[in-house]
This record gives sequence, C-alpha cells and structure tokens, in this order.
Amino acid sequence: MPDARRLGSAVVALGALLVTAAIAALGLWLGGYDVGDAAEALVAGSVGGRDALLSVTLVRGVPLVLTGLAVALAFRAGVWNIGAEGQLYAGALAAAWVGLAAGDQPAWALIATVLAAAGLAGAAWALVPALMKLWLGVGEVITTILMNFVGIYAVAYAVHGPLQEARGVFPQTDPIAEGARLPALVEGTRLHAGFGLAVFVALALWAVFRWTRAGFSVRAVGASPAAARISGRLNDRRVMLSAFLASGAVAGLAGGVEVAGVTYALYEGLSPGWGYTAIAVALLAGLHPGAVLLAGLLFGALEGGSGAMQRAAGIPAAWVSAVEALVILAVLAADQAWRRSAALVGPSREAVPEGGTGA
Amino acid sequence: MPDAAVFTAFLEAAVRLGVPLALAALGETITERSGVINIGLEGSLISGALGAALGALAFDSPTMGVLVGGCAGLAVSAVFATFVVGLNTDQIITGTAITLGGLGLTGAVYQARFGVTGTALTLPTLGPVSVPVLSEIPVLGAAFFHQAPTAYVAYVLAPVLWVFLFRTEWGLELRAVGEGPSSAEAAGVRVRWLRLVATLFGGLLAGVAGAHLALAHAGTFAENMSAGRGFIAIAVVVLGRWNPVWVLVAALFFGAASALQFFLQALGMDVPYQLFLALPYLLSLAALAGWVGRARAPAALALPWPRSGPQP
Repeated sequence: MPDARRLGSAVVALGALLVTAAIAALGLWLGGYDVGDAAEALVAGSVGGRDALLSVTLVRGVPLVLTGLAVALAFRAGVWNIGAEGQLYAGALAAAWVGLAAGDQPAWALIATVLAAAGLAGAAWALVPALMKLWLGVGEVITTILMNFVGIYAVAYAVHGPLQEARGVFPQTDPIAEGARLPALVEGTRLHAGFGLAVFVALALWAVFRWTRAGFSVRAVGASPAAARISGRLNDRRVMLSAFLASGAVAGLAGGVEVAGVTYALYEGLSPGWGYTAIAVALLAGLHPGAVLLAGLLFGALEGGSGAMQRAAGIPAAWVSAVEALVILAVLAADQAWRRSAALVGPSREAVPEGGTGA
Repeated sequence: MPDAAVFTAFLEAAVRLGVPLALAALGETITERSGVINIGLEGSLISGALGAALGALAFDSPTMGVLVGGCAGLAVSAVFATFVVGLNTDQIITGTAITLGGLGLTGAVYQARFGVTGTALTLPTLGPVSVPVLSEIPVLGAAFFHQAPTAYVAYVLAPVLWVFLFRTEWGLELRAVGEGPSSAEAAGVRVRWLRLVATLFGGLLAGVAGAHLALAHAGTFAENMSAGRGFIAIAVVVLGRWNPVWVLVAALFFGAASALQFFLQALGMDVPYQLFLALPYLLSLAALAGWVGRARAPAALALPWPRSGPQP
C-alpha cells in the first residue's frame, strides 16, 4: 500500500475530527451551554481515571468496534450494508435464547455456542438482503434498513412474549446462565473478554485483507465488480455474498457479546443505534480494520463521556448522534478536499469503493 | 362481517397513516427522477415533525406549524443537497448521515426545550375538514374526504406531478437529468440546478409529511416518531414505479397495512402487536422482492455527476 494513501487517510480523519469538534463546540455555545464545562466532563467521563477508561470507554467501544468492522468489511466489498443494527439485534436475540436454554455444560462450550449462535443469526439476517440483491437485483441499501426495523420488532416481540422474564413484569428476559457469561478481563471492572475478542477480530481482518487471497478478492470486487468478473479469476457474486454474510456475522457477534458480556439479558432498546454509528466509525477509519479499532474506541469515549456531560453540563444525550453524523459529513468533505488537492500531485485516495451503489 | 362503521374507521386510519408516506414518497419520486436518491428523507421527516410542533406552539396555529415543518424539512434536504450535488459526495452515505443527524438533533432540541421526562406534549391539532358532497359518499366519503388538509395536498399533488413529469417540458428535462445527465447537459439542461431543486422539493414535502404526523395524526411530538417512514417512503416510490399516481396508491396501501393493527383490535382479535408494527417493513421487503423486476429506476440514480475518473 503506498504511503501517500495511508497519509491521506490520516489527514482526512484528523481534519474531519477537528472540523467536527469546532462545529460541535459552536453548536453547544449557540445552544447556551458552557463549552468548557462540557469538554471537561467529556474527558473526565471517558478517560479521566481507571474506572472511566476500563468500565466505560472500553466497554462502550466493544460493540462499536465490532459493528464498525462489519460495516468496513461490507463497504470494502462494495456491499452497502446499512443493516448492522438489525444484524446486531438478531445476534443478541440468538445469544439470549441460547444463554437462557443453557444447562450445566462447561463454560467454554456454552460461551462458544452463544457467540456462534449470535454470529449465525447475524449472517442469517444479512442473508435476506444478500439474496434479494444477487437473485432479484434489489439494491441492499433499503432492504438492509428495512431489516433493521424487523429485527428491532422481533426482539420487542420476544421480550414481550416467549422470552419474557418469569415474573412477567418488565419486557426483558431473565438473566442468562452464569456459564454463558463472558469472564471479566480486569478484575473489579466491567471490562469483559469481549474486548479481547473485538481486538482479535480487528487484527484478523487486517491480516486477511493484507495477506490472503480472500482479502484481495474482496478489495478487487469492491474496487470494480465488472473488472473482477472480466478478469475471469474471481466470481464477483460469490465474493459479495461471502462479504455480506461475514459482515452480518460480525455485527451479530456484537449483539451476542453485548448480551453475554454486559447486560446478561435481552431487552428492547439494547442498542442506542450502534449499527448506524458503525458507519461513522468505519468511514473515519478509512475502512481499515486496524484503524476501526481506534475509531471505535474514540466513539466509545464519546458515548461514555456523554453521560457525564449530561450530568455536569445538562447536555442532552441525543446530541451524540448529531456529532456522529457530523463526523461522517466531515469525513466526506475532507475526503473530497484531499482528492482534489491530491489529484494535482498523484493518485487519489479511495474512501469508498467506486463500484455501483446499492440504490 | 364487520359493520360499515368499523370498516370506515379502518379506512380513515389507513388514509391518515398513508398521507405522510404519500407526501414523502411523492417528493422522493421527483428527487429520484432527477437521479438523486435521498436516504436522508427520514431526517427531513423528523425535522418536519419537530418544526411543526415548535411552529404550532409558537404561533398557536397548526397552519403555521405545517409551514414551519415544511421549511425544516427543506432546510435538512438543503444540507444533503450541498454535499451530494455541490460536493459530489456518495449519496447513500451522505443520506445515512443526514438521517442520523436529523434524529439526533431533533432529539437534542426536544430534550433541551421540553426536558427529558416531561409529560407528553399537547399540540394545536390539524383537524379534519369535510369536502362538500364527496364526504357524503357512503362508507368511503367519511374515510377519504373527512381528513386533515394535508391529505388533500397529497390527492391533488399526485395527478399534478404526473402531468408535470410526463406532459411538460420541465418534466422531460428532469427525467433526462435522471436518465443521462451528460446527454442532458449537452442538450443545454442545467443538471446540478435541476437536481438541487428536485432534492429541495422532496425535502419540503417530507417536512410537510412530518408535520402531518405530529399535528394531524399524533397530536404530539416524540423522539424518533418518524419510525422509519422515510425509508418506507423510498420503498413506496419503487412500488409505485416512479409514477406519482401509482405512488399515491401504494402509499395508501401501506397506510392500510399500518392501520390493520387498530382494525383487528377493534374486532377483538388477540394478535401480538409487535407483529403489526413490523408488518409495513415486511410488506416493503416483499413488495421490493416481487415488484422490482418490473420497475426500472432512473438510469443515473445515485451516481455522482460529473463522474471523476473513467466511465465504465
């Protein structure tokens, strides 16, 4: 990979973050909030101390890293999977179901089953739009978004109906079996083994993209499905299907890890929109798996610190979604600016594949 | 057999729930005909709902609410257009960001203005207006012609937009931009200008759709109250084959699917209501799967223009 391209990614990401921070601060100031207090609370709530860092930021970062990887993987292949949210819910539903049905199997087997079920459910959720795309030619953008709502209501139905807790008071499941829970990574904090898993998946994907034939195929098809097909060496439809399903599996894993590592139960509103935030994470990272790890943790800090901002400066938590949207727009704008300046001196950076869109 | 009154109530709810889809989908039809797909429609819709709520409260007038709501939807689509038409960014990703930002910003403004735990907001509502003569038709009249004024906007717009698209010079230019922007430009059509106007028109109507949701349907504003209607509207455009008249019919069909919930409850059937909440999304998927082969999207839909790099 040429150094200029990596430099481009870094410049675009940093520029986008600076612009976002400036606009967000301006917005808070116009809204009559104390920007200094807000920034102080954000930092204190996310990285100011062992507990904030380990129990808040890193824990919040796990689902963002995993869904971010899911989105980056799909986008790399030219698959517009906007459905990480629904795939996450499908994974969470499967994990809770397995975790509740568990008997007295050994913990390692239980945890492996729970995570496998979550991944499979996420892939199954992605299978519907994938087949609609490949067999019927229906663009995946709208279908994945529609599947998000179906997933959310499927979970709502489950926790109001068949999986509702035995007491029958709240729309949530009973806690899953002790043996199905992910162990703590650092004793005395909420940091669980899912963090290690997220790091592992990020590194694994990075290695796959860098060194394997499969990774090359995905990049080639994402860059131009037609060229990959004409070359005669790649089955572009099979590569797209594989990338779509793998993306769904990773997003489903995010849901399973959240249930097995943090909540130990399933309820409505488990995700505050991680599947959508994931798009901001993946784009900020330039679709690079290693950078997704950093970007995911950065957004984890933002979401973790937003609670402190609400308490200290009275800033509504919904503000975070607006900031995430700003990051996406800033990346797009910075990328265009970088392309225009780079076009004068050399080959341009590809933030998103130039193949057909899924519309 | 249910009696006629229950059926009329069902149809009335179907139209009331179908109108916001119809308005948003009619606007999106025009936008997509110009070659722009606005996934940020949901952001315009929710902003329209909040704008309508704030406007109706500030002026104590639902009419002003609709006006402010429309302007809010327009403003959001202006941001989208700045990126997509002005900077030539990817339409899908930009639209997703606009939706995310619209939902976040409206949530933040609502919380800042009315508090997090505040009791449900009561708004001056946009009441139904009876159309003389037509509302006297048995069973159907009370359902279709005793509705909020925004419903009549949708009824009138569908044929008007059809005439505009298929029988006027401007409509031809718009369709040319969506099919082949480079050829259209060579023929002297201002591609970017038309795309901008078409996108703003879509945002305006999505804003009015949000206003209908807040003022004529719910009588209140709640965070995320658009509940994916912007996305369903995009599916409705496909189902209506980018033809305004069929788009209106498809939107009312989806309204009926949403209203089924109340209908079956009225009949005393005990079906899990989450199933009905999921129904419009499942129907959208089924419609896309069964229908899309027979419909053809504008050829240049979602493609940036002018293209950087070589054309395939």
